[in-house]
Amino acid sequence: MTAYSVTRLTWRAPALAAGLCVAATAAAMAQQGGEARPSAVATLVIWMPFILEGFVLNLVMSVLAMAIATVTGVILGFMQISPSRIVRVPAKLITHLFRNSPWLVILFAIMFLIPFQIRLPGGDTVMIPDWVKATIGFALPVMANISEILRGAVASIPSGQWESAESLAFTRIQTLRYVILPQCIRRMMPPWMNWYALLTLMTPMAAILGVNEALGNTQAAMEAAGARPELLIPFYLFLMTIFFVFIYPISLYTRRLERRFATGS
Amino acid sequence: MLDLIAPYFERLYDTTGLNFSPFYDSYDWSRLLEGMLVSVKLIAAIVAVSLVIGVIGAGAQTSRLRPVRWCVAAYIEIFRNTPPIVQLLFFYFGLGAITPQVDMGGWYEPMIGSFGWAVIAIGIFGGSYNVEIFRSGVEAVPTATTEAAESLGFSNFKIFVYITLPLAFRFCLPALTNNIVSLAKTASLAYVIAVPEITYSLSGIWSDNVNVPEMMLLLFTYYIVLVAIIAKAMALLERKLALPGYGQ
Repeated sequence: MTAYSVTRLTWRAPALAAGLCVAATAAAMAQQGGEARPSAVATLVIWMPFILEGFVLNLVMSVLAMAIATVTGVILGFMQISPSRIVRVPAKLITHLFRNSPWLVILFAIMFLIPFQIRLPGGDTVMIPDWVKATIGFALPVMANISEILRGAVASIPSGQWESAESLAFTRIQTLRYVILPQCIRRMMPPWMNWYALLTLMTPMAAILGVNEALGNTQAAMEAAGARPELLIPFYLFLMTIFFVFIYPISLYTRRLERRFATGS
Repeated sequence: MLDLIAPYFERLYDTTGLNFSPFYDSYDWSRLLEGMLVSVKLIAAIVAVSLVIGVIGAGAQTSRLRPVRWCVAAYIEIFRNTPPIVQLLFFYFGLGAITPQVDMGGWYEPMIGSFGWAVIAIGIFGGSYNVEIFRSGVEAVPTATTEAAESLGFSNFKIFVYITLPLAFRFCLPALTNNIVSLAKTASLAYVIAVPEITYSLSGIWSDNVNVPEMMLLLFTYYIVLVAIIAKAMALLERKLALPGYGQ
């Protein structure tokens, strides 16, 4: 029954995507006729390094945001399962606030509500670049989701584990550290990678707020190349292709992990 | 409505400096209402498009023809692994530039406006998730059930429509709820192509009145209430459709 499963198509989907790109660029070239201006594809080749340079910033933002989100998300997740109400209730509130709000709204909130410069205790002022603020904005929704994933993973550990740890005179912290967390990490790995992929796909949103990442650079490049309408399709397709080439292996690997864990446990 | 609350919010602004302008200024009030209306319409249209695509895609995945299955698989992979914002811009600017224009008697208007492109682009993006969700639902339908239908003389198409789909829909409701909620949030992306939904109209209000924190609070509240309503409605639907003998 599952012979038509998507996971088997490791090379066909990228090949088809590449085929679509070529077809669309060919169509764009055919549209243009024999003019003296450089063709859309030639223009794209000229601006490729500029767009790829922007993509590096996307990667930096995604890795940094993921690091922030993982650390804060795990802390928030542990706060959510704390036996004390004073710790648990605010953690739940924060988690729900950031899980249920759109990325764009959180991004706007961070962009407008964090000052563009801060005064250090020493008296110097430090400018906060836009991309750092965007990184924080991307980290918050992922943080809330990682917190929820951790809570779910802890809940999925049989309560016998807690009891046997207790009978061995482990404290709560020790139980979490040596018994629960090591098992949770295994279960959290696939969703964690899914969220990294999703986070990376959301980073071009920073362009709305003027960060010079891949999307911003693509739009700037099209503007600089004369804002010709026939540039739009090849440039945006190229941008989608870069992201696809980076994300697709991650999502394939995630799916393989998911399957291995599903059969393993 | 506005007359009732306006004095309170005006006094709030005078005494504390909290400027909730949509609650006392009639122009901002109309912008807020319009934004909420467009946002709800947009979400409803996107969800409808994505559900239709999901059903068609899940049906096509069970097709006997290999090329059809490849196309569905390629569609899923392409739309799930590229940034939705770039998809939206690609549809609106890239494809919008080559769609025919309609003569409106003197001026030309594109056949599909920004609202239409937002529905198409985000609907297709959400559909790529729905195909997988429906597929897992279809796989959860016991083969004995479809075999029984086959022995009663149902054709393949009829089995899918009358037997598999109603059961699969029930099996995948929890996953579907998640995706609908995430689509409702993704709909705010339509901001980038200037669809006048809530994020866009509130951003207009905060650039006119410089009351970003207050409007942010409003925006967060709006989305939390919206998500709560969707989750509640889906939970009700789930309970209404529950089959005896499945679940608790």
